[in-house]
Amino acid sequence: MKKEKLIQYIYGIADNALMLGQRLSELCGHGPNLETDIACTNIALDLLGQTRSYYQYAAQLTGENVTEDDIAFLRTERQYKNVLLVEQPNNHFGYVITRQFLYDVFHLLLLQELQNSADLTLSAIAKKAIKEVSYHQRFSSDWIKRLGNGTEVSRQKVQEAVNDLWKFTDELFQLTEDDKSVIELGAGVDVSLLKEKYYQIVNDVLEEATLSVPELKWFRKGGKDGIHSEHMGYLLSDLQYMQRTYPNMKW
Amino acid sequence: MTIELEQHIDPKLYSILEKVSDPEIPVLSIMDMGVVRSAQMVNDVAEITITPTYSGCPAMDVIGDDIVKAFMQENIKAKVSLVLSPAWTTDWITPRGRKALEEYGIAAPLEEEADKEALLGNKKIVKCPQCQSTNTKMISQFGSTACKALFQCDDCLEPFDYFKCLK
Repeated sequence: MKKEKLIQYIYGIADNALMLGQRLSELCGHGPNLETDIACTNIALDLLGQTRSYYQYAAQLTGENVTEDDIAFLRTERQYKNVLLVEQPNNHFGYVITRQFLYDVFHLLLLQELQNSADLTLSAIAKKAIKEVSYHQRFSSDWIKRLGNGTEVSRQKVQEAVNDLWKFTDELFQLTEDDKSVIELGAGVDVSLLKEKYYQIVNDVLEEATLSVPELKWFRKGGKDGIHSEHMGYLLSDLQYMQRTYPNMKW
Repeated sequence: MTIELEQHIDPKLYSILEKVSDPEIPVLSIMDMGVVRSAQMVNDVAEITITPTYSGCPAMDVIGDDIVKAFMQENIKAKVSLVLSPAWTTDWITPRGRKALEEYGIAAPLEEEADKEALLGNKKIVKCPQCQSTNTKMISQFGSTACKALFQCDDCLEPFDYFKCLK
């Protein structure tokens, strides 16, 4: 039972990296310019690399000849535990950057705690990933400031993205039942404790970008329980296409 | 996943490992890169563990295959596995490796604090590998691979890669 909870916990973290990595990969060859195209796909590569480490560990825990590919490509929509934020589409560059920024800040705070996990594998993955995610956060924060302080259009677009994506931020700090059991074991991170620091960092960057912080009372959630937004089906059909069409392909 | 805290290299295997280079930076051997964590002969099989520079580094699979190939040429069977901890740092690049990077046209990583200053654009300290000028600017935080940033020299105008500090 404990093992099953740990596996679900790992999915919760890894699925976020997979979905965000998939969204960023969609920009490959479609970025607004060469440098940002390369940056976004490099970040995608980091995220997919981290995902692999988590899934390999989950596969090892599962046993029964389950592979990382099975976990990545052969689950059904409700079996993915990523938050709604990371599955939101690449509406425009300002949207991509805002989604990235809102996740990066959380991601780094999460990893900084996860590196102290009693689970040595999770701790090792976190220590590795921290170094990469620090660069991601620097990149996305930098762009939030550039777009916010940029032209009238860039400012308007990034403000709209912030307003639109804000409703997905509260879910980051929700705890599932599996989370709670893994936290009790000393292996998981109590994300609810990261909330205050998160909004403080995010608000500071938004202020520097001369953007306003939305005042929302209502937030969307569900992803952590497998109840996703309407975008998830399309994302998965793209993600799983190869493995479903040509079964047993290796990553 | 096993966790190796120190580097254990059998000196007899060193020369074979040294022939394997990083596929992205062919002038740099994997030993100078610091990615080999251990190399031991166990029951006539060379057991090698390597650590990735970045989690998603696609070069790791190629490096693994290249190690097996290099040992095969010496009629030794090799088994390569990946370890994540302790995480790789640019400090593990040897002085010879840093020199090879510079000669290849990639600026070697600065110390952590200096790196931050350079990447934030606060100070002009990254040295152009072509003309040695520090009158350089960052074009993009991510260059041709995740481990590099793209810079340009304002004196000789050449663009170049800077190997980012990873600690």
